[in-house]
Amino acid sequence: MFSYLPQTEKDIQEMLEVIGVDSIDDLFKDIPKEILMKTPLNIPKGIAEYEVYKHMTGLAQKNRQGLSFMGSGSYDHIIPSVVGHVLQMPNFYTAYTPYQAEISQGILQSIFEFQTLICELTGMEVSNASLYDDHTAASEAITMAVNTRKKADRILVSGTIHPNTRAVIETFFSDIPVKIEEIKTENYVTSLDALKDTIDESVAAVLIQTPNFFGWAEDLTGLADLVHEHKALLIISSNPMSLGILKSQADWGADIAIGGTQPFGLSTYFGGPSVGYISTSTKNTRKMPGRIVGQTKDVDGQRAFVLTLQAREQHIKRQRATSNICSNQALAAMGSGIYLSTVGWKGLKEASSQSFQKAHYLYKRLTEELGLKALAEQDFFNEFTLIIPEADKVLTDMETQGIFAGVGLGQFFPDLKDAVTIAVTEKRTKEEMDAYVDLMKRVLK
Amino acid sequence: MSSKLIFEMSSVGRTGYRFPDIDVPVLPLDKQIKSSLLRKSKPNLPEVSEVDIIRHYSSLSKKNFGVDAGFYPLGSCTMKYNPKINEDVGNFSGFSGIHPLQSEESVQGFLEMLYETTKSLCEITGMKWGTLQPYAGAHGEYTGMKFFKSYFRKKGELNRTKVLVPTSAHGTNPASATIAGFHIEEIQADERGLVSVESLKKHLTDDVAGIMLTNPNTLGLFEKDIIEIAKLVHDAGGLLYYDGANMNAIMGKVRPGDMGFDVIHLNLHKTMSTPHGGGGPGSGPVLVSDRLVDFMPTPDVKKNDDGYYFDYNIPDTMGRVAGFYGNIAVLVRAYAYIITMGSDGLKKASEYAVLNANYLKERLKKTYHLYYDTTCMHEFVLSAKKMKEEYGISALDIAKGLLDHGYHPPTIYFPSIVPESIMIEPTETESKETLDGFVETMLDIYQLAVNDPEKLHEAPLHTAVRRVDEVLAVKQPILKWHAE
Repeated sequence: MFSYLPQTEKDIQEMLEVIGVDSIDDLFKDIPKEILMKTPLNIPKGIAEYEVYKHMTGLAQKNRQGLSFMGSGSYDHIIPSVVGHVLQMPNFYTAYTPYQAEISQGILQSIFEFQTLICELTGMEVSNASLYDDHTAASEAITMAVNTRKKADRILVSGTIHPNTRAVIETFFSDIPVKIEEIKTENYVTSLDALKDTIDESVAAVLIQTPNFFGWAEDLTGLADLVHEHKALLIISSNPMSLGILKSQADWGADIAIGGTQPFGLSTYFGGPSVGYISTSTKNTRKMPGRIVGQTKDVDGQRAFVLTLQAREQHIKRQRATSNICSNQALAAMGSGIYLSTVGWKGLKEASSQSFQKAHYLYKRLTEELGLKALAEQDFFNEFTLIIPEADKVLTDMETQGIFAGVGLGQFFPDLKDAVTIAVTEKRTKEEMDAYVDLMKRVLK
Repeated sequence: MSSKLIFEMSSVGRTGYRFPDIDVPVLPLDKQIKSSLLRKSKPNLPEVSEVDIIRHYSSLSKKNFGVDAGFYPLGSCTMKYNPKINEDVGNFSGFSGIHPLQSEESVQGFLEMLYETTKSLCEITGMKWGTLQPYAGAHGEYTGMKFFKSYFRKKGELNRTKVLVPTSAHGTNPASATIAGFHIEEIQADERGLVSVESLKKHLTDDVAGIMLTNPNTLGLFEKDIIEIAKLVHDAGGLLYYDGANMNAIMGKVRPGDMGFDVIHLNLHKTMSTPHGGGGPGSGPVLVSDRLVDFMPTPDVKKNDDGYYFDYNIPDTMGRVAGFYGNIAVLVRAYAYIITMGSDGLKKASEYAVLNANYLKERLKKTYHLYYDTTCMHEFVLSAKKMKEEYGISALDIAKGLLDHGYHPPTIYFPSIVPESIMIEPTETESKETLDGFVETMLDIYQLAVNDPEKLHEAPLHTAVRRVDEVLAVKQPILKWHAE
């Protein structure tokens, strides 16, 4: 009995008759006998919906939620109720890629709006329909640069980007003739002097993240001129929530802006789905990876939207495509679009500056009252890194009291085992932060 | 009727959301951070009320077609029903509220789910172990090709730079192999629509890393010679990659591992019923045979006496392929589907998918030209070539005609080796009545093509917009909204 399988015995018999075979097994006659399965799959038999519900409830209960001060690429922001409701509208979430434009105007228009919102935020001229996440977006952006500067084969990557981004890039370019090199850091921000020493015309792109992995807001004054002097492309990755108060990628003179839109209307969900965004200037449009929606007209002259510039893509160009991406993160991108449209610029500024103010409040209390030291004295947005002696033990102790106090950096950098990155969003209250400080005080004793 | 863009609904002073008032002392920004870092420009975001938001998206959703709205026989995409229980459990806060960097001890539920899902997928495909990290089918292909690279690097055979791909393959196959650092050599299908052993032999030079195959292939036909093909490729020192796009045809019937494949990617948004979300998020797990398990991307999910954990200590790992661990929300839904269906249900699903396809094929082939007239698996390909020659009606016209009757059209113009191709995949979740209704409509459309082709050229008439000008969109790209 399977409620998703409507075939009755009578149906099956009638259908077999029309086909002209005696049994369903006859339809599998092209499969060589020696590999046809003779025993059932070794997994349990199917169960009823309510049993599934109970089983999944049990699994969810084996995960523990707490008051979260964790960030490092995934953030616990407030999500307006409307976001979830729209994402559950069946005509959106049960649709395929909008190949048939006439019955896909809903998704197409929502992507067109997403592209516009990303351009407004980053200050860039064009955006695509989304990529997988901010980390894989970095690989795609670098590929764009390599395709633009065909004779250049070096990529300079700041030592302050997310180590997972770095790792994803290393894998991506491990078998193609492109060299990934690290730009030295100074006090945990990118050193422009170090960049000056190594950049030349063999460099296709420079990749910077701001706010960087440690939370520090990089001062990129003069960077774009330096990069462009050597004909390289500047790629800047940013947590888009920071763009509510900090300079946009276009303000810094970037050629390609990337990042992940998870802070906009998407839950942390153990890291996925997020959405990778990528935007650039008009002249690079045809080098962009992935799907793009454009505005056009139908035969009656009405405004309509359609997947466009597909000559770049894998289903037309095959091995000569700009990228292999086809399925992206459409519904999650729509979620971020709904978020931005709902809160508007005023709301985004509010969420962004509240995150900033609250992070600075907690920073101040932890450094001034508890005497904890920052990893470096730097400006930051909503995330900062402190040195906490015996960090692992402190984090574990606080977790047992219901507070996920931050991300220990020892798992990424063995020499930073006492460094903890703490993130604060507008969702955290003063009371919660005060409880954090009190608990930390007790735990540190 | 065209909908306003959300930007055109904007009215200064409106808001769709209220944040709690700030409860910490507020200091001027430039007292806390260098003012040169602060943003001066003001992005143009819409100012709308909550009601505006809901009405806007509600109106857009009416202009979209999903599986919940009707039959969606989109070949190669397996648009089966998306069970509602999966949405309910997918929204549990015990899943959605978890941070990716929490301690392993606090995410045992997720680790168990990832471990068990991997185990089940290995059993279903006949593989040894796998990774759930790839975000989509193409991402899975890329990861699979990295397994190839890692294997040959370890063996010291980096001279193997060529990957064989049939001309009928999805375009992502050659694109994925290329970005992973391989060169492509295409192989032609023979008159049966299959890879021929004889012509394959000519391609198996010592610089070949392997072959990417879809089986059943994109024509919906089972590659009968697969055992011999696998032996030839392996004897030549190569590997076999299985594109799992068509896995819905064979669950519980035959396993890619038993056919001789070394790597397989699945599309959980096809085979395992997770919603496609209008183009994503999907999930493209990769499962591998014994000879490739040493090269898993990090982290791998493992189990010991203390519970489940992430293993980062993989000496020959290919490295990381995703920021964290994949599209977890999709994996939760796929897992719920697998335990709902179980060994018996998954087998039935594949059997009925094949039954439905053969039934539709038999009924339609009396009127439409069936390009390869043989038993099909879960899908089949018609050709409108003759209709185009005789009545001027193309595959596109037929697709647009279907729109007026409440159907999502089949895939058209793929695979390109069939002229004017119409690729139909009904899936197992459709009833005989639905299939019969579709046949009637297809026959009506054929009659219209014969009697009044002009009418079909005009279709669709009853959709939110009518045929769109794709050429204009390319010639004068408008890729975002501009204020008037």
